[in-house]
Amino acid sequence: MSVRVGHTAEKSAFPILAHEILKDQQTRRNVRHATDVIRAKRALRVEEMPDWQELRTAAHAIKTHTLLHLPHYLQQFEKNCIAAGGQVHWARDADEANAIAIRLIQAAAKKQGTSIAEVIKVKTMTSDEIGMNSALEKNNITPWETDLADMIVQMGNDEPSHIVVPALHKNRHQVRELFLEHMKLTELGTEAEDLTQAARHYLRKKFLEVGIGISGANFAIAETGSICVVESEGNGRMCVTMPQTLISLVGIEKVIPKFQDLEVFLQLLPRSATGERMNPYNSIWTGVEPGDGPQEFHVILLDNGRTRMMANVRERETLNCIRCGACLNVCPVYRETGGHAYGSIYSGPIGAILSPQLNGMQHSRSLPYASSLCGACYEVCPVKINIPETLIHLRGKVVEQDQNSITGMFSQEGMGMKMAAHLFEHPRQYEAAQRLARTGQGLFEKDGKLVNLPGMAAGWTQFRDLRALPQQTFREWWKQNKRNKA
Amino acid sequence: MRIHLFIACYNDTLFPRTGMAVVNLLERLGHEVVFPLAQTCCGQMHYNTGYHQEAMPLVKRLMEEFRDAETIVVPSASCVAMMRDHYELMAHNANDARMMEEVKDFLPRVFEFSELITDKLGLTDVGAYFPHKVTYHPSCHSLRLLHVGDRPIRLLNGVEGLQYTPMEGADQCCGFGGTFAVKNAEVSSAMLTDKITCVRKTSAEFVAALDNSCLMQIDGGLHRESGGRGTEGRIRPVHLAEILNSTKANPLTAESLAWDEVSA
Ligand code: SF4
Repeated sequence: MSVRVGHTAEKSAFPILAHEILKDQQTRRNVRHATDVIRAKRALRVEEMPDWQELRTAAHAIKTHTLLHLPHYLQQFEKNCIAAGGQVHWARDADEANAIAIRLIQAAAKKQGTSIAEVIKVKTMTSDEIGMNSALEKNNITPWETDLADMIVQMGNDEPSHIVVPALHKNRHQVRELFLEHMKLTELGTEAEDLTQAARHYLRKKFLEVGIGISGANFAIAETGSICVVESEGNGRMCVTMPQTLISLVGIEKVIPKFQDLEVFLQLLPRSATGERMNPYNSIWTGVEPGDGPQEFHVILLDNGRTRMMANVRERETLNCIRCGACLNVCPVYRETGGHAYGSIYSGPIGAILSPQLNGMQHSRSLPYASSLCGACYEVCPVKINIPETLIHLRGKVVEQDQNSITGMFSQEGMGMKMAAHLFEHPRQYEAAQRLARTGQGLFEKDGKLVNLPGMAAGWTQFRDLRALPQQTFREWWKQNKRNKA
Repeated sequence: MRIHLFIACYNDTLFPRTGMAVVNLLERLGHEVVFPLAQTCCGQMHYNTGYHQEAMPLVKRLMEEFRDAETIVVPSASCVAMMRDHYELMAHNANDARMMEEVKDFLPRVFEFSELITDKLGLTDVGAYFPHKVTYHPSCHSLRLLHVGDRPIRLLNGVEGLQYTPMEGADQCCGFGGTFAVKNAEVSSAMLTDKITCVRKTSAEFVAALDNSCLMQIDGGLHRESGGRGTEGRIRPVHLAEILNSTKANPLTAESLAWDEVSA
């Protein structure tokens, strides 16, 4: 099995990517503005729900139950989907999933008698995860992203920076420039309405011409074998109803047991994602209906690193995620860096725990550290994923890996931590170290502050001042003033 | 009441003033303070950075040091969060029944400073006097892990002469985050810049909190911005305990919080 998660394998570590973005004031302003707006809307829509916490608890319970019985529900889904006229394919990793998709597309194109193979796509992050677009292009298949934001990303040869709003890092004026160039327009207004109108004209042709659609899934319902996709534009609705052939790429964690479970998730998801009470478009379809909609329907069930997250309860919980993006919008780290710093299509707090786990801790190893553990993500997560706790768990795995390698064993951090732990275990040596630090700091002290500290501490003094150690530690004061009093 | 103090290693080394304030205040309120000298660290830095094995002995010896304590006060919310959120989990993961028992016995005796004063001692007015404009930064761990709520604000409002000014974006992280501050120093300081903007907007003279670690971050940023020159207009970060320890007879002053270049 060869798991691949977007371009994570080739990306630099988080602090290096973040360094580049922190210089880009325009992007930072865009991210700040957009997240502030969505965040405020979400807060409003959550506040009005008297049973919000109960809903979260219910969602967590449904997900936990489903994941514990995943084989059962996946097989149930398969059985019911086939019974309704769908076809189900199982893919272990990115390459397998892409190979299946390509085979299906080529066969459908042949059947439809089209010489050039094209597909229209509705937002599917999972297809970015497996690098589907480039795999299709290599096989002379042209993918057209039809979700507005995804289209913007595709046009700009860009990467998504948010899991719900992929082009969040671009403002209206930047989008207008892209449209002018790619749609070969001579004039275009700057209002959101002008831009959507232009996109509508541009996409409508594709919807009418292209006979193969690719979708993701928000939920796969085991009981009925149905797929559910929610969106705001209606372009997704076009993609899943107009083409003759529809292929849905579904991560195996997307399955839920019953139709009625949607009751919980369809309340939580839109409020958390965009601050709407309900998504404007909720498409649910089951198999094939003669004379209505796609006449050929395929589901590709994708593993790509998911099953190996099942053994540990802390890791399994990550698969609860319904990709609402709420954790990104409240994250103070994401607020500064936007999504590209995470080097993965999965960004923000969820990206920081999902990408390294999908990668089997082989890539994205800096991401568990890309958090101040402030806990804002856990507070908003509609399916109650304890992200801070998971970050700490994954840090433990990184350290373990490092301690088993020679370079890691002798790293400055590793040795420093060992030494600190030793001092904390031996109070006398700890006290001696306190005294030593006070004497030693003379080398770095200037006007009561420490400057140009060496090693890891340099990270501190590069951006902030550090007060020199006081003349007396607390315990010294205590010994002098209190101990003998009694 | 006999109250044992766990000072936290970084307060011991960097912020002895806070410990002294806790001791003086509790004694002023008629309590006896005990400081077990063999205490060191709660294990948070190691644990949160991923050094779980190294944290284990620290956790065990801390509980050992405080085995006989009836009431334990900790003037560091993040250390208390470490204890409440992770000690049980550590015992569970280590499959250590004895440790689990010890944790269950230990935790109910631990109080974060503002919890001790309001819940255990039942006070909001401790007879403090601090005639200044003060804002409050709810550190993430006190806010989201301990859920201290408005306890610190109630305590501030109980101080004679104190004018409390709420901060915009109060629940935004200051960017400290333990080793995050050095491992992701640049992002950490970008977050700090946002926090400082909000602190400044209050035009308070002091910014209070329950964690000196966050205050060190804020202080470090403010000091860097000021270029280290003079005290004029510089907002002073101060632990809540030090404000509550301030009285008419023994007032806390901005000068006493100054960095050395001013007092020297
Ligand atoms: S982790 Fe939770 S908050 Fe974040 S995207 Fe997933 S469901 Fe939403």
